[in-house]
Amino acid sequence: MKKILSIYLSLTFFLLNFSCAQEIKPLDNIGSSKVVDEKNYEMELVFEDENLIWGLEILEDNSILASIKSGSIIHYKDGVKKEIKGVPEVYFRGQGGLLDLELHPDFNKNRLVYLSYAFSKNKDDGGNTAIARAKFVNDSLENLEVLYEGSPVSRKGQHFGSRMVFDNEKYLYFTIGDRGDRNVNPQDISVDGGKVYRIKDDGTVPSDNPFYYTPNAKKAIYSYGHRNPQGIFKHPETGKIWTNEHGPKGGDEINIIEKGKNYGWPKITFGINYSGTTITKNKSLPGMEQPLYYWLPSIAPSSFEYISSEVYPKWKGSLLAGALVFKYIERIEIENNKVISRSKIAEGLGRPRDVVQGPDGYIYVSIENKGVYKILPRK
Amino acid sequence: MKILNFVYLLLPFAIFSQDIKLNESIKRGKSLYEDFCVRCHMPDGKGQKGIIPPIAESDFLFNHLEESIKALKFGGIDGEIIVNGVKYNSRMEKMGLYDDEIADIMNYTLNTWGNKYEKIIDEKYVKSLKK
Repeated sequence: MKKILSIYLSLTFFLLNFSCAQEIKPLDNIGSSKVVDEKNYEMELVFEDENLIWGLEILEDNSILASIKSGSIIHYKDGVKKEIKGVPEVYFRGQGGLLDLELHPDFNKNRLVYLSYAFSKNKDDGGNTAIARAKFVNDSLENLEVLYEGSPVSRKGQHFGSRMVFDNEKYLYFTIGDRGDRNVNPQDISVDGGKVYRIKDDGTVPSDNPFYYTPNAKKAIYSYGHRNPQGIFKHPETGKIWTNEHGPKGGDEINIIEKGKNYGWPKITFGINYSGTTITKNKSLPGMEQPLYYWLPSIAPSSFEYISSEVYPKWKGSLLAGALVFKYIERIEIENNKVISRSKIAEGLGRPRDVVQGPDGYIYVSIENKGVYKILPRK
Repeated sequence: MKILNFVYLLLPFAIFSQDIKLNESIKRGKSLYEDFCVRCHMPDGKGQKGIIPPIAESDFLFNHLEESIKALKFGGIDGEIIVNGVKYNSRMEKMGLYDDEIADIMNYTLNTWGNKYEKIIDEKYVKSLKK
């Protein structure tokens, strides 16, 4: 019986491998049954760390900058971990803390590092997401400039968003989640939260932003109607910004970000409340964007990266996202803007928080409370 | 004797005021739970089997109450624990909650989903806990 089952299973996987061009619809994926295991790789530990490393950046010399959620940054170089100086104080509460790191596209010349973090000026009032930049020299952050501070502040612990990426024109995109106030923030462009933002590298707002001339609008908003986007990358071929976001139960999404568009939260969603009750009966409405894909069940996507390197045979052009709930890294193949396959990397290693491709073409992953790993291809 | 009578007279009020205090704490605890805890421990407190331990009718919670409150205050428990016969090994993150909020969340947790605890957890007690 066992033998028959194993033959059946291998046949299923065999067939799956050859049904590539077929789009995978979320509804086919209940129980993750179609998320197959990757085999031809190994996970190499780069360094151990018991903290929650939220953001990773790999420098040209292959040293690593890692932001720790509780409020510090380490620089790992030649086997030595150094805590860097000049990190701003963060609001460490709920999902807030020190969050993402992003290097300026000309980092090798200007040494500029961008930080996103939860800030608070008065702990009783609460906090929101801030973006700052500083010069990284001699293991220290110098000339720290705060570029953006979300408002209003709130004591809620949820949904700070905060992933960042630069586009081809050196505009910085960043996200702020709905801050746990879904009925107020995401659909209102006069407040922050539930948005994707676009600013110049010095923090000023480009005048071709969609709501630049809209009275009372937050001018840095680029798209709205988001819940909590915590994965972002620039597509190397199209230059477009892609995000994934944490939805409610069954509502995690992949979106391609278009200028001025409304992505619908909470007016439309494929998800329901964690308690099982309905948020809205609408899955689509006029004037609101449909996701490119939604995960069912939710994986809790923690980051998003595009593999452009040749290091991994067959992986070039696929996307990676951390699956916080199931503790694996998901590789997603896309064809004509449709998801055609999903597979698991490093299942059971721990909660993957950030996934990045280094300048050496290798993929680096931070696993919560464990450290930083490098994915090696197995020949 | 007169003093004793006085005390007897006040006793029901004292108990009554404790009840009000507990109910208010539970109410605050519910909204904090829905903000900080529900994503993992779920609305029914049952967690996710093998991944996130239950806190509804959880033997571990009641047998290791102080350790559980410390986990909320200082961030998680290291290593493997067994809850209602199932193994768990994933450290809870520190949430940055104030001591009074931890007390509220504990009072809510200890008196919901069939849980029952006879005492109130207060801010002073949470404050007194050392790592």
